Amino acid sequence: MNGLFAVYRKELADYFSSYRFVILFALIAMVSFITSYMAGISLRESLAQDAKGSRFLFLMLFSTAGARFSMIQFVAFFGPLMGLFLGFDAINRERAQGTLVKIVSQPIYRDAVINGKFLAGATVITVMIVAVVLVIAGFGLTLLGVVPEVEEVLRLAVYVAISIFYVSFWLGVSILFSILFRSTATSALASVAAWILFSFVVFFGASAVANAVAPVEKEDVDLQTVMRNVRITEAVSIFSPMVLYMNSTATIIDPKVNTTKSLVLQGQWEQILSARFQSPLSLGQSLIVVIPYVISLVAISLICFAVSYIVFMVQEIRV
Amino acid sequence: METNSVITAEGLTKRYHHQIAVDGLSFRVKEGEIFGFLGPNGAGKTTTLLMLLGLSRPAAGSASVCGFDPQRKAMEVKRLVGYLPENVGYYSEMDAVQTLEFIADLNGMSRKEAGRKIHDVIELVGLGESARKKVGAYSRGMKQRLGIAEVLLKDPRILFLDEPTLGLDPDGAIRLIELVQSLNRQRNITVLLSSHHLHQVQRISHRVGIMIRGKMVAEGSIDELAREKFGVGDKEYTLEEIYMKYFQEV
Repeated sequence: MNGLFAVYRKELADYFSSYRFVILFALIAMVSFITSYMAGISLRESLAQDAKGSRFLFLMLFSTAGARFSMIQFVAFFGPLMGLFLGFDAINRERAQGTLVKIVSQPIYRDAVINGKFLAGATVITVMIVAVVLVIAGFGLTLLGVVPEVEEVLRLAVYVAISIFYVSFWLGVSILFSILFRSTATSALASVAAWILFSFVVFFGASAVANAVAPVEKEDVDLQTVMRNVRITEAVSIFSPMVLYMNSTATIIDPKVNTTKSLVLQGQWEQILSARFQSPLSLGQSLIVVIPYVISLVAISLICFAVSYIVFMVQEIRV
Repeated sequence: METNSVITAEGLTKRYHHQIAVDGLSFRVKEGEIFGFLGPNGAGKTTTLLMLLGLSRPAAGSASVCGFDPQRKAMEVKRLVGYLPENVGYYSEMDAVQTLEFIADLNGMSRKEAGRKIHDVIELVGLGESARKKVGAYSRGMKQRLGIAEVLLKDPRILFLDEPTLGLDPDGAIRLIELVQSLNRQRNITVLLSSHHLHQVQRISHRVGIMIRGKMVAEGSIDELAREKFGVGDKEYTLEEIYMKYFQEV
């Protein structure tokens, strides 16, 4: 591990002392604070009307959309920006200021540079997400007066782990761009473009593609076409890491969601079952539902990192 | 007197996009000498240094640094060689001590060992008073001296200095050159010095090599080269005249 920890320590020190980190953290803390406050308010109101008291109240703090969107939607949409901001100039800034050659001419392996940077970024992401979740949790305790169950705490831990992977994927993407492009402005732009493409264009484009192939807007559509339409939408949108992330966190944070399939695609028995049994899934069962998405998310993160790794290792250090 | 050569290159070749940067380069550097590595811009000097460090892969040919093949044993080579790149950069928000601490950390030194060595090299290069100033506020001369401090931190046997005096004022350049000379004499460090300041090279080099368009067109002591080109020793001709003669012939 020659040099890996040296690079890691330096990068971490750089992040924590940089304005970039302070601004990013302030922004994320502010938004998550507002969303959880909104969620808390609307939860309190609905609790007052419906005094039965449901389970997993604490988790609803994260999944309830107060005014605009919930905490998990916020992370799904803007979490990537966190990763992108941390990594878009990782390598090309070192190259531009002439420090990269100096570092790799020390007795370290070249991959120590990129591994150290990725690990430092992932650490910062972990710190941010954990901090934000803890803040919201503490906030919820005082606002709702509900103490989380053990299972809720476990579910939150799983949610945090998946979120860290999701944001780290985007960190990997931005590091890849910082290797590919010489200019930091270009790599920042490319990172944001990739984010918009995979988060929004694919997400909204999925239904457009589905409607083009299997139109459902016209009159007297048969069930076959509707099912095809939904299948295509799901197939296309799976290319969006955001969809993967939302699917994989859905049943974790909201135990009442007991499948990620849309209603049309469920078989007859499935529909009957899910209508009959409205009780929440256990944590183990929730994990089984989301595991394919989690694996895909981990896989694309690893693929992305592997590509950056290969490109960086074979790239000429000078040009 | 025949001494061991610490650097040998045999037919080193490097292509960038079908353009030949280094073309069958062969030369030797002997232990304990200062070798002036001369040549016009774009002759392939920096590429050669990168290949000798194992940071760039040659298309053909082989090299040996202190008996190690840089392609296979890059770690060993990088442990023995201190490389000061041309236009080396610094983290402007760090001070000299922090910069050197990072380099020590990369070299796997213990904190205690690093602390002592950092103090020594800072004194040696004369940055004692500005050791706690941010590098961003350094003059070019101070930055170059910090660069020398960085490469000395690992107790190198060989120094690769790529244009160390570029952009320095005459006073700074002379001090730097004298520092290199004293390192060579006192610590027996072999120096591969690439520079365009020929009078400085002439002053401290034992031997020089002239590299033009990827080939070593001349290699030897200045006296030998002068005899070869003009038939008399270096008392009559400066390195500049010799260099121009070679350059015009190619």
